Amino acid sequence: MMWYFLMSDAFTFGAFLISYGTIRFSSNGWPDPNEVFKSFPFAPEGMNAPLVFVSVMTFILIISSVTMVLAVHAGHNMDKKGVVKYMIMTIIGGAMFLGCQAWEWNHLHHEGAWWGSNPFLNHDGTASSTNFTNYFFTITGFHGFHVFSGVIINIIMLIMTLTDKFEQRGHYLMIEKAGLYWHFVDLVWVFVFTCFYLI
Amino acid sequence: MEHTHTEKHEGGGTKEIWKVTLILTVLTIVELALGFWMMGMPLDSSLRLAVKGAIVILMMVKAFYIVAYFMHLKHEIKNLIMTIVVPLALFVWFIIAFLYDGNSFKNLRNTYDPHYKEQSTIKVEKKEEHKSEEHHSEEHAKPTEEKH
Repeated sequence: MMWYFLMSDAFTFGAFLISYGTIRFSSNGWPDPNEVFKSFPFAPEGMNAPLVFVSVMTFILIISSVTMVLAVHAGHNMDKKGVVKYMIMTIIGGAMFLGCQAWEWNHLHHEGAWWGSNPFLNHDGTASSTNFTNYFFTITGFHGFHVFSGVIINIIMLIMTLTDKFEQRGHYLMIEKAGLYWHFVDLVWVFVFTCFYLI
Repeated sequence: MEHTHTEKHEGGGTKEIWKVTLILTVLTIVELALGFWMMGMPLDSSLRLAVKGAIVILMMVKAFYIVAYFMHLKHEIKNLIMTIVVPLALFVWFIIAFLYDGNSFKNLRNTYDPHYKEQSTIKVEKKEEHKSEEHHSEEHAKPTEEKH
């Protein structure tokens, strides 16, 4: 059933991103992502580091996805210790990603960006509409909410592993299902990252 | 779902996981390199568009590796693969249709709404200059240079 849920989720995200693409294609100008996302935590004011922070976020999510696969793999071998170890690493990765996103949202909010307000000019220096910030906050917010629920699910899985629920059942299939969800979250980030930060 | 998770997916193991991790990392680094390279290009250049296309293709490759190996779809039975992949093929049409629609809306507006076109070509002055000219503060989308 997880696959069917993920299908419906994929269509929701797909609809969001296609709507974003349509609006972007219908606009004469669009803000330059390298101008908007150029800061880094604890960096001096006015430092120009485009793409750096979001690359860190991307790698955090990819690595947490890898540890999730390793947890599923350990579950196949009925290796409880391995599952616990890799689940903890996955949860930490997810929490780090959420922290990064919270910082970025907070930073952009301080610069005056929020739903309905866009302080950034278009790439060619003309006035921009609020479409950019509206889509950015809606889509990354929706994705961040998925990461958040993924972390909660992973924590529940960790507790169930620790209380030997899966040992009693004789299989770790639930870990596999939580893993599917977590990989989907990573998959969506691949698209969000490309659409908002790269192109 | 249980029956789809039988002993079918022995394929790979940890070795395969690390291989896919390496591929994903390399693809991401290539994407970032292209992104940095693209920064210096002029806005309307066709090379910029080509780089964007290349990034989108790399994105699709990454998505394939995540779904096929991390989500194990490649090692599932064929019916499940078809159940997932065939509906997703709808996206091909969605994307083409909607982006084409967006583009044509832009062209229509630029052709038949001269005011809109004019507005979108006006450059906004830098913020520092804004504060000094308070009498223009309310119409900040309009240029001040025309009036001088």
